[in-house]
Amino acid sequence: MGERDDPAGDRSVAAMPEGLWTQPPVEVPELDMEQVRRVTEPATLVYTYTPGLAQTRFLRGLQEGRILGERAEGATDVYVTGRGMDPVLGRATTESVEVGPNATVTAFCVVHIGFGEKAPPTPFVSALIRPDGAAVSLYGTVLGIPYDEVRIGMRVRPVWLPESERSATFECITHWEPIDEPDVPAEELKGHM
Amino acid sequence: MGDPSSTQEVLRAPLTIGYDFKRTTGPVIGAFFTALAEHRVLAIRDTRSRVLCPPVEYDPDSGDPLTEMLEVRPEGTVTTWSWVSTIREGQPLQEPHALAMIRLDGADTSMLHVIDCGSPEAISTGARVRIRWSAEPAEGFANIECFELLEEDRDG
Repeated sequence: MGERDDPAGDRSVAAMPEGLWTQPPVEVPELDMEQVRRVTEPATLVYTYTPGLAQTRFLRGLQEGRILGERAEGATDVYVTGRGMDPVLGRATTESVEVGPNATVTAFCVVHIGFGEKAPPTPFVSALIRPDGAAVSLYGTVLGIPYDEVRIGMRVRPVWLPESERSATFECITHWEPIDEPDVPAEELKGHM
Repeated sequence: MGDPSSTQEVLRAPLTIGYDFKRTTGPVIGAFFTALAEHRVLAIRDTRSRVLCPPVEYDPDSGDPLTEMLEVRPEGTVTTWSWVSTIREGQPLQEPHALAMIRLDGADTSMLHVIDCGSPEAISTGARVRIRWSAEPAEGFANIECFELLEEDRDG
């Protein structure tokens, strides 16, 4: 019987197709406890992360409830989060530009396996979201709408942590929620997806 | 825009990336871990009759599956060691200690573990040690808190 027939998942050796399991039975001295079958093996790396000057400006903006992008001199594209340079022109950014807060969903996926302590109940939508005025999108979670009604071109706005709870982190925006505006036609999203 | 020559304002933060991997043990490692929880140590006999501890599932030379598990003693002999003076988070002991290969009595191979022995002068190859079991029940290898010197049997 495979997993398809048994949603509870009988994954014992006896349930495997003939010939797939070749390990013979093992003789073991008598043990009093029930035999261990699974163990948890945590693997962790602890880094000190330095976002750099450009992203520091972006994160401090979030703390103030503003989404700050950056633009190179003479350029039209505003990059958010800024990395200190225009990746197309290869020139340093010189100007800080506030974008959003309203935004458009440019891509999304439905998440069925939540990950991390702060993941919302599944299924939920993880999306790329382009703030108005920006050339590129930010990652975000779309809530406040059933997951199967989210679509590309949908208009959303950020939901902020209360000002007193904000620090200079990306978590200042808890999620994005729909606003009552017509969808942006896919044609207008060309080059931004 | 900020002054790029000023780094005072640049953010820094700890970033922890971790995942609790779940591993199925199989019959050999499962029995080994079960025995450790009972404060006993199991090994396995290979095709040339050597006793391997920790046990492995397949013969290291021929690759044949191994099936005969047996018990070895919780005491043993240090076969090689180094001194750990800088302690990092997550290590089994939070004070300087030896990291050693230890051949348990009854086994022909050595296992890697730490020895709580105070200073590098206190330990040598050939030293006799025994398992100090963890005070609380734990999972797998964590049932061994560390090894400690067996003073009475010390090999000069």
